[in-house]
Amino acid sequence: MDFEAVIGLEVHLQLRTNSKIFSGASAEYGGTPNEFIDTVTLGLPGCLPVLNKRVVDFAIMMGLAVNCEIRSLNRFARKHYFYPDLPKGYQISQFDEPICERGHIHVHFAESTRAIGIKRIHMEEDAGKNIHDSRTHASLVDLNRAGVPLLEIVSEPDLRTPAEASAYLKTIRQIARYLEISDGNMEEGSLRCDANISLRPVGQLKFGTRTEIKNLNSFKFVERALEYEIARQLSVLKSGKLVSQETLLFDSGEGVTRSMRTKEESADYRYFPDPDLPPLKIEESWIEEIRSTLPKLPEQRTKELCDVYGLSLYDAAILTAERACADYFEAVFKSCDNAKAACNWITSELFGGLNKAGLDISASPVSAAHLGELILLVEGETINGKIAKIVFEEMFATSKAPKQIVEEKGLRQVTDESAIQALVTQAFANNAGQAALFVEGNDRLQPFFVGQVMKLSKGSANPQKVNEALVAHVARLRKNPA
Amino acid sequence: MTELHSLGLQELRTGLDNREFSSSELVQALLTRAKSVSKLNCFIDILEDSAKKSASVADQTLGKDHGKPLLGIPIALKDNILSVGSRTTCASRILHNFQSPYDATVTKKLNDSGAIVFGKTNMDEFAMGSSSEASTCGPVCNPWDTSKVPGGSSGGSAAATAASIVPGALGTDTGGSVRQPASLCGIYGIKPTYGRVSRQGVVAFASSLDQVGCFARSAGDLAVLTSALCGHDPLDSTSVPRSDNSFEVPAGANIKGLRIGVPREYFIEGVEPEVESAVRKAIKSLEDQGAQVVDISLPNTHHAVNVYYVIAPAEASSNLARFDGIRYGHRASDCKDLKELYYKSRSEGFGEEVKRRILVGSFVLSTGYYDAYYLRAQKVRTLIAQDFKAAFESQCDLVACPVAPTTAFGIGEKVDDPVSMYLNDVFTIPVNLAGLPGMSVPCGLDSKNLPIGLQLIGKPWDESTLFRVAGAYEHATDWHTKRAPDSSYVDATGSAKDSRRS
Repeated sequence: MDFEAVIGLEVHLQLRTNSKIFSGASAEYGGTPNEFIDTVTLGLPGCLPVLNKRVVDFAIMMGLAVNCEIRSLNRFARKHYFYPDLPKGYQISQFDEPICERGHIHVHFAESTRAIGIKRIHMEEDAGKNIHDSRTHASLVDLNRAGVPLLEIVSEPDLRTPAEASAYLKTIRQIARYLEISDGNMEEGSLRCDANISLRPVGQLKFGTRTEIKNLNSFKFVERALEYEIARQLSVLKSGKLVSQETLLFDSGEGVTRSMRTKEESADYRYFPDPDLPPLKIEESWIEEIRSTLPKLPEQRTKELCDVYGLSLYDAAILTAERACADYFEAVFKSCDNAKAACNWITSELFGGLNKAGLDISASPVSAAHLGELILLVEGETINGKIAKIVFEEMFATSKAPKQIVEEKGLRQVTDESAIQALVTQAFANNAGQAALFVEGNDRLQPFFVGQVMKLSKGSANPQKVNEALVAHVARLRKNPA
Repeated sequence: MTELHSLGLQELRTGLDNREFSSSELVQALLTRAKSVSKLNCFIDILEDSAKKSASVADQTLGKDHGKPLLGIPIALKDNILSVGSRTTCASRILHNFQSPYDATVTKKLNDSGAIVFGKTNMDEFAMGSSSEASTCGPVCNPWDTSKVPGGSSGGSAAATAASIVPGALGTDTGGSVRQPASLCGIYGIKPTYGRVSRQGVVAFASSLDQVGCFARSAGDLAVLTSALCGHDPLDSTSVPRSDNSFEVPAGANIKGLRIGVPREYFIEGVEPEVESAVRKAIKSLEDQGAQVVDISLPNTHHAVNVYYVIAPAEASSNLARFDGIRYGHRASDCKDLKELYYKSRSEGFGEEVKRRILVGSFVLSTGYYDAYYLRAQKVRTLIAQDFKAAFESQCDLVACPVAPTTAFGIGEKVDDPVSMYLNDVFTIPVNLAGLPGMSVPCGLDSKNLPIGLQLIGKPWDESTLFRVAGAYEHATDWHTKRAPDSSYVDATGSAKDSRRS
């Protein structure tokens, strides 16, 4: 019997607000332990939560971006459990009335595009961190992260392979970064993921028993954990046993999943509406105001790059991976009107340079306007392609304008026929033996002479003009041998 | 010669502003008074040093145009209201050493009006109780009869005001915890409309029911103190911005034509005949002044106690989860792991009644029982609120009824019978469930010389009508002048005397 995997992801997205979701304490990442705390973060007696409206703005943005319905009357609920990093003994979250429901996104994966359902998105507060000091055997609590706003984005069980799950997660991250509501940084934990997975015989509609894998903190781990879990469940099922519903942790070192707790051990969170927070009304006007500020999203921009600029889907997808990159591309295009060249320069030279330097495109030393100018210099034959790469390197190192570099370094392309003729004559003189063979009819020596002439010009000669001059020169010599 | 401690808030205001006595003299007189009646056990901490210091600061400004209604006047705080510079224990072992780094909004407002925090009053642990017996510091005694309870949970604040240790005090009222002790101690007490007073810095018991209220020995004094507490607080999302946050008892208050609803469900079996007759007499007195008495029905009243004992414990079980021994408060020693730390700290830290409510609350919120208990209780709560709404919309302008079915009961009498204790709040609980303002007004003494209270319940935000009616009633009767006889509780060896400059 063949089985297929049914996968759903729960993504936790940390929001980039200035202050925490229910207090004025800073929501910054890092800091010295317990630097960003206040009475509310500490859960002192008598402290009350006050909702940060920006969090709602961000939740609406995400909801609209993934085609969700936005709930007009929202409630917060308390989720109870005891842990030292949870100061109040409960987390303020949303339970059966989440702010966004019933959305979907398109995920491009393996040459195809599939719609993946978004079941719900809700707002909640993050917990702090427990740090276990093995030296002193002490457990330390850092509450900087406690109360940082989160969106929990729950997909429908529409994903079928680990790679597709990873592609979905990347798309969610990409949208969040376009919206500038989150860094989506998995290393810093501003994007975290739990995966639900079950297997069922191909063709069967009913879902199998699922397991949940917690805290997958890289795209690679999402794939590896799911691959491992699929294999594990498959062997359980093939041996005629049943998969038991449990929560698992992925051990990235060993590459295996381990049981954290079974269904019987699972906590009763005793959710109930938080009486400290009155129901939150979201008027249609609020939603429309947010809608009017939404940037163009990756899907639309990719389509535009194909339809308007004539790029391939492959190129377009690369350029729109990050909003800053798509913006950069459009700015380059604006100044040179050459989409293909802009694409090539960005994806090869610029990406290479940024990669090596460890820079983000938003911190590129080469401005979009300068790159456009460089493309125009090549197009206008002021420099040739080879020189252009040298100029680019200089631009990357110094942030200077390409024209300035060309002038300063005397890299202007030599197109003057008499100058090139002089170089050709010089090359023949320098290589008398080869020249004789060439004149005798060995045309395979032509590239050699092009190289020689270019070398003499220090690369600045127009290669086409050199070719023309060579052909004419040899023709003359063949007709009238010296 | 009138002794300083026996003066009411407004009399003190006049005396202080006329420089008849200083705030320092007043504080000294009240400290002396407190010592002489210490067997009432009203206080968890008396803040002698800081009160004296604040008094001498106030004395610098007194006599000038200060515009502060409570300048130089000592007020007591129930020990679940946070104030910097003192412990806030909630009469619980789990917070026995807790010092708050911030002031409650009401504490701040009191300070802003010039009041001096005199001390933190004894109470039922975490405000859970109706007798002020469930305290790590021992029971509070009723000044009218020290073998009786003062009511609760704000019993310390009520007894301290009734025994003239302070001219006024703050309490909290979740199911009657201000009105019932006010009634049992023969003084005035108010629970304002839910949302009128900030809950920020008040240790939460049941957030959707909790409201800060206060005690005083006259309606006018109560109005002054209430006005100092009210106002929108951006730090409490359930606090409501209002423009009518100042109250007074108008001289010669006119209640002609006012329709007073008398709910038949509040005169039932279990109400002591002497209580019923005193309350009916009080209502008659209002009728004599031109009010119109209307027989009304609040048919869901009998569900109120049941509903309350689902909702309040549910919220309490959640609100008290933060007392885990990790960041502050009592932490058990010698624990081998985290689980044991939680178990032991909470087992040692909480008293019996608190544990009982945490257990009930956890149960009614748990999966499989939530719908049957919590959700159902919320629905019935809505019905109880609708009863009042319907009555106010078509029949009456306010409701008058007993505060409690009985006068003060004996210390120890009900500690082993929680349900009978709960039933003492049968007439106060519906007011919290509906979020309405309620006031307790002294209206008689029973044959054992124990006070009886009349409860006035207003429309939402209509505290001013309650003050008007209380003023009219006060004008027509002299129950508000009755004080517990000093002989019943003043320590014979201690000096209850203080001096007044004349």
